[in-house]
Amino acid sequence: MLTKMENQQKKGLFKDGNNRKKYEKAAEIFFLANAAIAIVSVFAIALFIFYKGLQPFMPLNEEGTYSFIDFITGTQWRPHDEISQAAYGIFYMIIGSIFSATGAIILGVPLGILTAVFMAEIAPKPIAKLMRTAVELLAGIPSVFFGIFGLGFIVPKIMASSPYSQGQSLLAVILVLTIMILPTIISLAENAIRAVPDTFRQGSYALGASKIYTIFKVVLPAAKSGILAGVVLGTGRAIGETMAVMLVAGNPIAGIPTSIWAPVRPMTTNIALEMGYAFGLHQEMLFATGVVLFIFIMIINIVFNKIAYGMKSS
Amino acid sequence: MKKLSLLLAIVLSFSLFFVACGSDNQSSDSVPLSLEGEVTISGSTSVEKVMVGLAEEFMALNPGVEVTYESIGSSAGIKNANEGITMIGTASRNLKEKEVAWGIESKAIAYDGIAVITHPNNSVSELTKDQVAAIYKGQITNWNEVGGEDQEIVVVSREDGSGTRGAFEEIVDFEDALTATAILAEGNGNVQTTVAGNPNAIGYVSFTYINETVQSVLIDGSEPTTENVLAETYPIARPFLIAYHEENLSEEAKVFMDFIFTSEGQYIVEEKGGIPVAN
Repeated sequence: MLTKMENQQKKGLFKDGNNRKKYEKAAEIFFLANAAIAIVSVFAIALFIFYKGLQPFMPLNEEGTYSFIDFITGTQWRPHDEISQAAYGIFYMIIGSIFSATGAIILGVPLGILTAVFMAEIAPKPIAKLMRTAVELLAGIPSVFFGIFGLGFIVPKIMASSPYSQGQSLLAVILVLTIMILPTIISLAENAIRAVPDTFRQGSYALGASKIYTIFKVVLPAAKSGILAGVVLGTGRAIGETMAVMLVAGNPIAGIPTSIWAPVRPMTTNIALEMGYAFGLHQEMLFATGVVLFIFIMIINIVFNKIAYGMKSS
Repeated sequence: MKKLSLLLAIVLSFSLFFVACGSDNQSSDSVPLSLEGEVTISGSTSVEKVMVGLAEEFMALNPGVEVTYESIGSSAGIKNANEGITMIGTASRNLKEKEVAWGIESKAIAYDGIAVITHPNNSVSELTKDQVAAIYKGQITNWNEVGGEDQEIVVVSREDGSGTRGAFEEIVDFEDALTATAILAEGNGNVQTTVAGNPNAIGYVSFTYINETVQSVLIDGSEPTTENVLAETYPIARPFLIAYHEENLSEEAKVFMDFIFTSEGQYIVEEKGGIPVAN
């Protein structure tokens, strides 16, 4: 009896096993196909942007050839039908992009991490819940609303205290970007802090450490890789944000920003501002701006990954 | 309530449909119903509203005809018309010398005025065209140089490639000389908002964007109004042009162009914010 059942089971298992293998294989292929979409997209986008964006620097380009050095180091953006009279310099935009993203990170990262600490470690449950809802809501607001808020509220406030008579400035961009990257940093940092096992805290208290000491010396170091992930995503958003920035940046045609009151023109807004009308060489130059932006974001990702890797191995 | 209004909408649209059919039958001797084919147009984003309005009306009258409008900017539109890529090109500025040299024909289908605007609290209410040019070139940088208070002028301009900016620079005469301190706002609406929020700002917008939040400045003593544009006393006005080569036009395109200049066509022009061409 037993052996018969065993045999039957074996048979059944064998049959099932065969089917299962097929299922496994099919599922594997299905997953692979899904995973490939992301990779293919990245390569397609990169290929397309590089193809379009490197045209203007090729000799014998149909629309005219522009010097790559002039493009990278120029501080004036004056498109013109005649290539000899046109100026396509993006150096001041590169500086503008770096300044605005750095400023937002300097303000947003400590603010975000401290908020996350408060929500995860200090605040009573109902307050923490309320704050979490607010943060989620903040993340869901379309970016152009941040721009409208910036133009209607932040810009006039800045104008009142600025030595210049306009409020569109680097400071306005930094403030808008700070608000925009906060939800990303807060929610990722909070999750990372909550994931730190309670035994860590208990051990610290057992040694006589205070709550604040425990947070800064035990919990935060344990959660740092998760927090860093939030910072990376926040930086990406700060560099790539376009619509909101366009409304408050001032977008001048020249000039490296020398103070936080000066208007800036980050690379993203340059593309969004003019793509609607541009054609010919002008359009190719906007793609070239995209190439620089793309390289920029790649560098940032690589650097942050290196830092994250260094943190893990130490 | 929702259902009721939906029902109402359906009933209304049906009745409109029948009314439209009725009028079609009556006027069938003037507009041939046999017209069938397509009219391709491309060009200025400023002309889009007017042209799409005209196209929709024309298609409603001639169901067999399809009129398409691609909004790609004045220069690209004229280039397309010249190369025969589209039958008609549109521009929100006068033709450049280079374009005239191509031998392309052009006609004004409407006018659009560009108003210079300032903050309502600004005491300067009148400027000359030369003063405007000097302000935009960065030669005049303080309001007290044009009779205002001792305040720095904040120059607001449009993004590069904009037809309004192109026309403004050409008419006021400071092409390629915009001051580097100018701040750029995207679109008429953003210029208006920026100027409305800054007591020291000066900007320029299409007439349709003048409202109580900004002050429109008299230029050379003339108020920015439709009448003054038609009387040619207000200097900053531009034509909306159609440009074409006769041999590229289909039969339908010719009928469509005639339609633009009928009183009905010009009524649509006005409805969509343009200034009709004087008959």
